[in-house]
Amino acid sequence: MSSTLPLFPEQASTIASQVDLLYWFLVAVSLFFAVLIAAIVLGFAVKYRRRSDDEVGADIHGSLALELLWTVIPFGIALVMFAWGAHVYLQIARPPDNSMEIFVVGKQWMWKIQHMEGRREINELHVPIGKPVKLTITSEDVIHSFYIPAFRVKKDAVPGRYTELWFEATKPGTYHLFCAEYCGTEHSKMIGQVIAMEPAAYEEWLTQSDVQPVAVAAAPGADAAPADAVPASAADMAKAGENLFLQKGCLACHMDAPGSLGPSLAGVYGNERKFQDGTTAVGDETYIRESILNPLKHVVAGYQPVMPTFQGQLSEQELMQLIQYVKSLAQAAPGDAADGSGADAATTGEES
Amino acid sequence: MEAAATGTNYLNNGYGVASWLLTKDHKRIAVLYLISITVMFLLGSLFAVGIRVELLTPQGDVFGADTYNKLFTMHGVVMVFFFLLPSIPAVLGNFLVPMMIGARDLAFPRINLASWYIYVIGAAFSMYAMIAGGVDTGWTFYTPYSSGASNTNVIPMAVGIFITGFSSILTGLNFIVTIHRMRAPGLTWFRLPLFIWAHYATSLIMILGTPVIAITLLLVALERGLGIGIFDPALGGDPILFQHLFWFYSHPAVYIMILPAMGVISETITCFARKQIFGYSFVAISSLAIAVLGFLVWGHHMFVSGQSVYAALVFSVLSFAVAIPSAVKVFNWSATLYKGAISFEAPMLYVIGFIGLFTIGGLTGLFLSNLGVDIHVHDTYFVVAHFHYIMVGGAIMGYQAGLHFWWPKMFGKMYPENPARISAALVFIGFNLTFFPQFIVGYLGMPRRYHAYPDEFQVLNVLSTAGASILALGYLLPAFYLLWSLKYGRDAGPNPWRAKGLEWTTPSPPPTENFESTPYVEEDAYAYGTREAHVV
Repeated sequence: MSSTLPLFPEQASTIASQVDLLYWFLVAVSLFFAVLIAAIVLGFAVKYRRRSDDEVGADIHGSLALELLWTVIPFGIALVMFAWGAHVYLQIARPPDNSMEIFVVGKQWMWKIQHMEGRREINELHVPIGKPVKLTITSEDVIHSFYIPAFRVKKDAVPGRYTELWFEATKPGTYHLFCAEYCGTEHSKMIGQVIAMEPAAYEEWLTQSDVQPVAVAAAPGADAAPADAVPASAADMAKAGENLFLQKGCLACHMDAPGSLGPSLAGVYGNERKFQDGTTAVGDETYIRESILNPLKHVVAGYQPVMPTFQGQLSEQELMQLIQYVKSLAQAAPGDAADGSGADAATTGEES
Repeated sequence: MEAAATGTNYLNNGYGVASWLLTKDHKRIAVLYLISITVMFLLGSLFAVGIRVELLTPQGDVFGADTYNKLFTMHGVVMVFFFLLPSIPAVLGNFLVPMMIGARDLAFPRINLASWYIYVIGAAFSMYAMIAGGVDTGWTFYTPYSSGASNTNVIPMAVGIFITGFSSILTGLNFIVTIHRMRAPGLTWFRLPLFIWAHYATSLIMILGTPVIAITLLLVALERGLGIGIFDPALGGDPILFQHLFWFYSHPAVYIMILPAMGVISETITCFARKQIFGYSFVAISSLAIAVLGFLVWGHHMFVSGQSVYAALVFSVLSFAVAIPSAVKVFNWSATLYKGAISFEAPMLYVIGFIGLFTIGGLTGLFLSNLGVDIHVHDTYFVVAHFHYIMVGGAIMGYQAGLHFWWPKMFGKMYPENPARISAALVFIGFNLTFFPQFIVGYLGMPRRYHAYPDEFQVLNVLSTAGASILALGYLLPAFYLLWSLKYGRDAGPNPWRAKGLEWTTPSPPPTENFESTPYVEEDAYAYGTREAHVV
């Protein structure tokens, strides 16, 4: 039997201490009420125990004042709990603008992770401390959930859409990574490690080759590493996306030129798109993904519904690379696509 | 009536198999349900034993991963759909609703019998699913795992639950009509026993919620069997839609389990304190408030699913709101003891246990309504501990309290008091030892539904398994002494507890027609008399 008996999880992210403080507040309130009720029930039970068989209780029917008291006070306390919980949650839910991005794909039964700079790993996530990290998460098959207890954060990996999760690690160390949503046979083996490192060590790690760490980590169900070796760690994600973009022939229609069959992709990300049916949407990851897989759902105003679907032709990781490429266009060309800003930006456009 | 001869009651009024299987007597149907759900409880408990044995060690070494996944799935399915949901309503409710309101039977005796048959047919389907190899989706059947990836018997299990749902709907319908139309003269709404209010609220949830789960599981079966895209994104569906539909029923379903138990507590605590309930109308109305608010909180099961921040905020505040009527009940029960004349037979011990465990279950619910904390504890053992405090510590303690309290009425015999007290104590101790460590291991981060787990969680899991062994003893003991009492128990007489309520005014076991003549009600519920005139 294990000799350690931890009773409280390690705090290793900026939010962890806030979650724990709130937790202890809830524990304190709960203890107060549990002890209060136990004392009342047991105290009355002893004091008013039946002493003769014929004894009956006092004829008391109730008290409006008491009813109001024990409705209003708990309600007030509940509102405080709600407000405090919402305050913490809003921080958990909103990644800072300067977050670095990492991409996560869950599949039965492993976590596949790719860093922007191109480095990939399985069931391990290396992150720098002291820097907000935003994970963009999806799943290839069923629902999983990406959970790092030491950081007090968790988010489901849902097939067909992107979710996001952010944290800022505070202490170098190795922490549990769990799948928290039941996903089949090896659910309890869909675990790994989050390795928080000093920023310099992380930078160095990024430059190393993928091969070894992946081979070590992928021990149990290890088809992934070799199987979908796209340009392995050769290029950063946007670059890999650009290669795909050329390879799949997207450029044929999405040229940033008058008369192009498809709309320009410059500035898609983060800006509002107008569609033929009059509706609009802001171009986020989910929108770009949908436009690739289900292009006729939203057709950009002024264009024909002619784009074929790429459903089944792209892996989740390839999709993320393409999206990263499209996002890089938005950064490269903020609204001035006209002056032909180089070879890879602005020359392209994606159907919507 | 020729049957009015002394000594004729619902039990000895016909002995053949047909006299039971074709009975329209609500009391006999209650006994049929009692037998059926006890079998299901045993089955569900066996699965739980398997789970606890596996978790003794961190390595998944007793069962294979697939077997373990089937064990917790079938534990959940059997306990929720085939034991907890029918438990108090179908057994005690069936027996007592007509008796408490002075009626001869439920409004639709044939439908009542039909609902038992529907339950049995549904249970047969799910038994088939289990015998044919089991199901491994978890009792929550999350898509797209259930509708695609799993290669187990999801369809027969879904069909079994679909069918059983109709039993629940028909029972609810029967109770609502009966309570509206068949109350004895003088029995106004605010003179009704609180058990009736609780069952009325429960019935509303049954008829409004159950169709949703039924159609949702049917959709899963359609997607799985015919490839119709509803929930699986690969087929153009939306997996989160399933969670909305599932929890729209399955959160209120928790109140189907706990509200009837609350009704039992109100009856029992007043009897053993020999005292009027404190704040009758607040306890009554809070049942309805729980039924209504319970339908508005399902999104708190989806705080980490990617639902919008605003949806999460709204579901969080509503979830806090639903805690208030439950708190009001606990305070009123506690206040009922003030200046009572309290005795401590087994039903009362179960009531005290209920108040303790339900309080802890309710308070830890606040952790899960709380957005900041839920993100961390969602899908961990913290949640497992919380809902077992509600469903086992609350609902089953209530069921046990009720079963002991009305056992003399149902069968005319007293159970032996000392073994019953010992079993109540064993359940309380065993339960806490089983489930309290799970709050700690949950906050440490141990996810639920894990076949194998990191070493550092072992000590707490060993405590849990040790507690479960004590709990098992506490549940086994009544099986022996209750059966023993049928033959050797001393005669109960019509009212062994000197309880108020119409069911105690008629012989035990009651005659087939319940009452010799229609009772006339002239007093409030729980008019336990006065020791001293006292108004607060």
